[in-house]
Amino acid sequence: MSYLAKPKFHHPAIETNDLGFTHRDYEGSISTLCAGCGHDSISSAVMRACFELSLPPHRIAKLSGIGCSSKTPTYFLGQSHGFNSVHGRMPSVLTGANLANRDLIYLGVSGDGDSASIGFGQFAHSIRRGVNMVYIVENNGVYGLTKGQFSATSDQGSKSKRGVVNTDSAIDLVATALQLGATFVARSFSGDKTQLVPLIKAAIEHRGAAFIDCISPCVAFNNHEGSTKSFDYVRDHNAALNRLDFITGREPITAEYDPGTTQVVRMHDGSMIRLAKLGADYDVHDRIAAMNNLHTRQADGEIVTGLIYMADESSDLHDHLGTINQPLNELNAPELSPGAKTLESINAALR
Amino acid sequence: MPIESINDFVVRFANVNGSGSASANQLFAKSVMRMGVPVAPRNIFPSNIQGLPTWYEVRISEAGHRGARGGTDMMVAMNPQTWDKDVASIEPGGYLFYDSSRPIQDSKFREDIVVLGLPLTNICNREFTDPRQRNLFKNVMYVGALAALLDMDMAEIEKLIAEQFRAKEKLIASNHKVLRMGYDIARETFQCPLPMRVRRADRVGDMIFVDGNTAGGLGAVYGGATVCAWYPITPSTSLAEAYERYCARLRVDPDTKKKKYAIVQAEDELASIGMVIGAGWNGSRAFTATSGPGISLMQEFLGLAYFAEIPAVLFDVQRGGPSTGMPTRTQQSDILLAAYASHGDTKHVLLFPEDPHETFEMGAQAFDLADRLQTPIFVMIDLDIGMNQHLCKPFKWDDTRAYDRGKVMSAADLDAAKDWGRYLDVDGDGIPYRTYPGTHPTKGVYFTRGTSRDRYARYTEEAAPYVDNMERLLHKFETAKTIVPQPVLTKAAKPTRLGVIYYGSTAPSMSEAADKLAAEGTHVDLLRVRAFPFSSEVTDFIAAHEQVFVVEQNRDAQLRTLLMAECSIDPAQLVPVLNFDGNPITARFISKAITDHVARMQARSPKVLS
Ligand SMILES: Cc1ncc(C[n+]2csc(CCOP(=O)(O)OP(=O)(O)O)c2C)c(N)n1
Ligand code: SF4
Ligand SMILES: [Mg+2]
Repeated sequence: MSYLAKPKFHHPAIETNDLGFTHRDYEGSISTLCAGCGHDSISSAVMRACFELSLPPHRIAKLSGIGCSSKTPTYFLGQSHGFNSVHGRMPSVLTGANLANRDLIYLGVSGDGDSASIGFGQFAHSIRRGVNMVYIVENNGVYGLTKGQFSATSDQGSKSKRGVVNTDSAIDLVATALQLGATFVARSFSGDKTQLVPLIKAAIEHRGAAFIDCISPCVAFNNHEGSTKSFDYVRDHNAALNRLDFITGREPITAEYDPGTTQVVRMHDGSMIRLAKLGADYDVHDRIAAMNNLHTRQADGEIVTGLIYMADESSDLHDHLGTINQPLNELNAPELSPGAKTLESINAALR
Repeated sequence: MPIESINDFVVRFANVNGSGSASANQLFAKSVMRMGVPVAPRNIFPSNIQGLPTWYEVRISEAGHRGARGGTDMMVAMNPQTWDKDVASIEPGGYLFYDSSRPIQDSKFREDIVVLGLPLTNICNREFTDPRQRNLFKNVMYVGALAALLDMDMAEIEKLIAEQFRAKEKLIASNHKVLRMGYDIARETFQCPLPMRVRRADRVGDMIFVDGNTAGGLGAVYGGATVCAWYPITPSTSLAEAYERYCARLRVDPDTKKKKYAIVQAEDELASIGMVIGAGWNGSRAFTATSGPGISLMQEFLGLAYFAEIPAVLFDVQRGGPSTGMPTRTQQSDILLAAYASHGDTKHVLLFPEDPHETFEMGAQAFDLADRLQTPIFVMIDLDIGMNQHLCKPFKWDDTRAYDRGKVMSAADLDAAKDWGRYLDVDGDGIPYRTYPGTHPTKGVYFTRGTSRDRYARYTEEAAPYVDNMERLLHKFETAKTIVPQPVLTKAAKPTRLGVIYYGSTAPSMSEAADKLAAEGTHVDLLRVRAFPFSSEVTDFIAAHEQVFVVEQNRDAQLRTLLMAECSIDPAQLVPVLNFDGNPITARFISKAITDHVARMQARSPKVLS
C-alpha cells in the first residue's frame, strides 16, 4: 500500500493522446489494495487502454459489485462516473444504466465471487441479453475481501492458504460466456499487460457483450504453492492463443500478413485488430471450435488466454429492443407524454 | 318472498376457469353500466389456468356503492363442482339461474329461492357442431337470458358485442343470434322480467370502467417512464403488460418505428430492481411492477437506492402473504415491508391510491416524487384495485404539465456553481443536487456507493460524516411529508369524537359503511390517508378524536403500527378494524366492527359518544 500522494506536475515531454490528455487524466484515487495485488495491474491496463483509445473519461461509466476487485473503479478513471453497487448485482445495474443512455461506454468490473457465486445469474443474463459493455472479472479464485474463502472458480483439487483442498468443481466463466452467446470472449492475466491492454481496447470497441476473464492473483490469500491462480502457476501454464495488436486510426491495412499466422479482424466501428496466431489454425470466429479448444487444452492442464472468440456480426440489447438512437434519459414530457387529447380517447374507449 | 329490487343487488357467476366465461360476464357488467347504472364487478379466481372454479361477482348499485357488498341475490351457477356451496350462498328469496340440460336431484335445490333453469348445453349442442362454439356460445346465451330476466336493454348489449368484435361481421352476427336465442327462450319459459331488475338511470356520467393495473401502466406512460424492468407475478403482471401495450401504441416514433421506451423481462426481482436503479442513476425514469414476494427479494437493493439516493418507482400490487400465501386474493399486507424495506435505518415513501383513477394519477406523480426526492417511491395498490375493473373518474392530464426532474445539475449549472458536492444540503431541505453521468468533461463527477461517504461523495468510515448523512436523509423524509399527496378529510354530518383512518381499496366500502353508520346514529369523521410519511394533518386528526378506528386489510394492523411508531400515538387510541381473509373488505364488515366497538364503549361509560 502506498500512502504518498503522486505529484501533479506536467513534464513537457510527457506522452499525450489525440485529446491532448496525459496518462494522469485517466488515473483515479490511490489504491488501497494490498501491494502486489493483481487487481491493481488490471486497473493500470484499463487506464492505458482508455488513454490509447483517446476516450473522453467523462463518457465512460464504470460499475462494479462488492469485493476487492469491485473496489478498483475508484482507483482508475477519476473523471468517470462510478457506481459501486451491491454484491453480485453489477450486471443488472449496468443493464439499466445502459438502457437509459446508450451513448456512454460501460465498463463492468467484478470478481469471481461477485460473478461466479452470488451473481452467477446476473452475469449469465446480462451476457445473454447482449448488453453493450466490457465485463471484466478479476479472477483470483478466492474471496479476497472476506479473507480467503474458496470461490466458485477455484479449481477442484487446489489448496487454500490454510491447506484445505477444494472438492467442488470449478465454474469456467469463459466457457460459460461462450455458451451463453457472448459475442466477444477473452481471457488474460494481470501479469501480462502486453496481452491485456489490446484485449481491453478491442473489447471497448466491440458492440455487444464483451467478456474478459482476467486471472489476477491475490497475494494475500491465493498466491501459495498448491493454488492454481498464483503468479507462478499461471505463468507456467499460460497457453496464449494469439497476440493482439490494436490498429488505431482506422487506416487501411497496408502491410501483408502471412495468412497462416496472422488474422486481421475488423471491429464493429471499422477499426482493426491484428491477431498474431500462436496456435495453429485457430479461427477466432468459430465458436464451437473455441469451446472445443478450450476444453481440450484445459484437460491438458493449460490455461488458454488471448482472444478466444469474437462473433462476425454483433448486435446489442438496444438493437434487440428497437429503441431510438437518442438516449432515453434525454427525453421529457414533450416526447414522452401522449397528451390530453389522446387520454380523452383512451377514456372514451373505457366507457 | 322473492327479492324485489331495482338497481340494487348482487349477481354472482360461478364458472370453470378457462371456459371462456370471463368475456361474457364482463359483457353483462358493462351492459348494466351502459344503462347508466353503476356496477362494481370482482373476480374471485384460483391460482391456476384451467379447470378450477372461478367466480365473477357484479354488484349493481344505483347509489354508486363500489365496494364489495357480500351475499348473492342471484347466482348464475355454471359450475357443477361448486354447486352445493353456490346454492347455499344465495340470500333467502334470491334467484338461482342454472343450466338444466342434465337433471339435478330435487334435494340439491332450496325451498326459499327462485329456481330458473334453461337447458343451455342442449340448445347449443342442437344449434352448433363445433365443440368450441358450443362451449363459448353457452356463455353468451346466458347473458341473453339474464337480459330478459333482469329487463336489460338488448340494444346496449348488441352494441357492446359489435364494439368488441369490431369489423368481424360474421362473429358479430353469430354472437347477436345466440344472445337473442337466450333472450327469447327466457321470455318463453319464465315470467320476465323478475321483481329484481335493472332500470335505466343516469348515474354513470363520464366515468370510466377500468382496472387499476391498466391505469398504473398508463400512468407510467404519461409520467414519462422510459425503462421498465419486471418479473412476472400475479397480481402485478398485467401492469407491466399494460405499459407495454400503451407504449407500443403511443411511444413508437412514426417515422423510424423505433421505441421511446425499453422493457426488459428480467431474470428475477433482484435484477428488475437493479435495472431500475441503474436506469434511475443514469437519468431515466424507470419502474418495476411486482407483488410482496418480489419486494422481499428487492430488500438489499432498496437500501442501496435509499442510501445512495437514486430515484426508482415500484408498483406493489399486494396479494395475500406471507410466502406464496393467497396469490390470487387481495390484501394490504406489504405496508411495513415496503415502509421499512432493507437492512439498516431505512424509510420509504408510499402512496396509497384508492382506485384506478388515482392509480393513474399517483402512478404518474410517483416519477416526479422519485426525481424530486431521489429515492424509491412505492405505489401501493392491491389485487382488488389492480385486477378488477372499477367505475371511476376519467383520467386527466394537463398538457402544460412539465416533469419535475428534481435537482439535476446541467453542464452550465456546473460551470456556474462555486462549490458542488453530491451530498451537500444547499437548500436546507435535505435534498442534494445530482448529476447524470457524462454531463461535463471535468465537473460533477462523483462515485456512487452504498458505503458511507462525506458530503462530497468521498468514501469515509468516520463517524461524524456518517451520522451527518443519516440525519440529512431523515430531514429529507420530513420534506417528503410536504410534497406527497395529502390525506382527504370527510367530516361527519354531526360533531363526533370518533374518527376513522383508512386507505387504498378500503375507500368505497368505508364511505358506504359511514353512510350506514350515520343512518343508525353513529357519526364518524373520515380521514383517507394517501401517503407515507404522514403529514401533520394525520396527527391533528388523531389528536382531535377520542377514538380512531384504523381500517385495513391485513392481520397485524400494519398502518396502525406505522402511525404509532412514526407519530408516537398511544395504541389505546387507535382501534384496529381488520379484514384479512383475502376477500375485499365490505361495508357490512366495517360497520359491524365499529358498531360493536361503540356498543362496548357505551357499556363501559354510557355518556361519552355520539
Ligand atoms: C449480500 C452480501 N453478502 C456477503 C457480502 C460479503 N462479501 C463482500 S466481498 C465478498 C466476496 C468477494 O469476492 P470476489 O468477488 O471474488 O472479490 P475479491 O475480493 O476476491 O476481488 C463477500 C462474500 C456482501 N458484501 N454482501
Ligand atoms: S486481499 Fe487479495 S484481492 Fe484483496 S487486495 Fe489483497 S491481494 Fe488483492
Ligand atoms: Mg475473488
